Amino acid sequence: MSDVETLPQATPARPTLPPPMGLLAELTHRCSLRCPYCSNPIELDRRSQELSTAEWKRLIDEAAALGVLHIYFSGGEPMLRRDIAELVAHARHAGLYTNMITSGVGFQPAVLDAVAEAGLDHIQLSVQAIDAKTCDRVAGYEGAAERKHAVAAAIARLGLRLTVNAVIHRENVHEIPAFVELAEAWGAARIEIAHVQYYGWGLVNRARLMPTRRQVETAMLQVEEARNRTAGRLVIDSVLPDYYARYPKACMGGWGARLMNVTPSGRALPCHAAETIAGLAFDNVRDASLSEIWYRGAAFNAFRGTDWMKEPCRSCARKEQDFGGCRCQAMALAGDPAATDPACSLSPLHDKLVALAEAEAASERSDFIYRGYQGV
Amino acid sequence: MNADATQIDSAAIVPALPRGVRLRFDESRQQWFLLGPERVFEPDEIALEILKRVDGARSVEAIAQELATAFEADRDEIAGDIMAFLRGLADQRMVDL
Repeated sequence: MSDVETLPQATPARPTLPPPMGLLAELTHRCSLRCPYCSNPIELDRRSQELSTAEWKRLIDEAAALGVLHIYFSGGEPMLRRDIAELVAHARHAGLYTNMITSGVGFQPAVLDAVAEAGLDHIQLSVQAIDAKTCDRVAGYEGAAERKHAVAAAIARLGLRLTVNAVIHRENVHEIPAFVELAEAWGAARIEIAHVQYYGWGLVNRARLMPTRRQVETAMLQVEEARNRTAGRLVIDSVLPDYYARYPKACMGGWGARLMNVTPSGRALPCHAAETIAGLAFDNVRDASLSEIWYRGAAFNAFRGTDWMKEPCRSCARKEQDFGGCRCQAMALAGDPAATDPACSLSPLHDKLVALAEAEAASERSDFIYRGYQGV
Repeated sequence: MNADATQIDSAAIVPALPRGVRLRFDESRQQWFLLGPERVFEPDEIALEILKRVDGARSVEAIAQELATAFEADRDEIAGDIMAFLRGLADQRMVDL
């Protein structure tokens, strides 16, 4: 049957494909903060382009019917949307597990009360650094640290399930034990210690953010120590910085396998950076149903499975484990979205990448290019 | 662990699902899920029978008694299995013990 396997598929539709587990709902790109590693695209959507309340409600119903289990209300800052509590209530009513990812900045305290009242299951609060000055500088917002402490206190008062989100880079990589202590002090049940992923804004600022290999190794040991110390009390999930890794990450659990991302203006993406891949056409939820997009959309089918792979991925024993790494990173660093992710030690570009990371980590640059509507 | 110790433990421990953790049936997959922050747990048949009884009111002993009757099995042995199962979930903060 090997000749059949190498033929291109007659139809991209895969009737046996399972439904998505999660929907990342980017309600708005508006945000008070200007973090230089923001996962939003360089080209941000304007308020006038945003989906309406009715459009999001229809989308939530479609997601629930499709089999989505988790919805992540994100942004930008999701609490800048006046309808956030209404959308959370709608998602809860549809049976979805509701998560909200917040900066903690830019909204009135009453909005958080309303969201809790609406039945939010889980809130994730970002912290840019433990040192307040660094926190404010990375966020590009004076008073961010102080505001986050106040919001954490409000979350505890409301009894909401809390995750602390710490994005790690050269300026805060030494603070990992302190991040864990802060999460404990705030009563969080979970902390995400996620090294910056270098796409979009993160890629633009890579030389200002990249830690040294030694810093990364120390950080990994500190995460392990913290896990042992807090076992049973605090769940610690960590996302590794893949430039120094031997094998790439199983990005998104596989392309078009687990998650859908909808941008503020309704573009449906297999991941938040997918628009950096030239030549992919993305459906808009204003024109097609989530189900059509998930099962038949050209972008969602572009890198599903393993048929699209080239060598060394194609004959690799790990191809079903890590799916050749990240397509956006392959695009950004190898200029080809079907190439092996250069984070993989089997990529011909890997050694160059590591040398680049080490050189940038030693550069000591700190002149952030902040996220904003002006682009870069 | 001997049978007496299991009895003492299991009568005193009343497991509960914390806020932010939900057990639900998904129509599209015809499957039960225990959902929490960045966690999706697919219980098998026995796990589901345990989780349906985790309500903040029933003790582990009471749950074990119910399952022992339903499945005609030894109560103390079941209580030990239930504790091991719930401790695994408690480590992930998916159950309060």
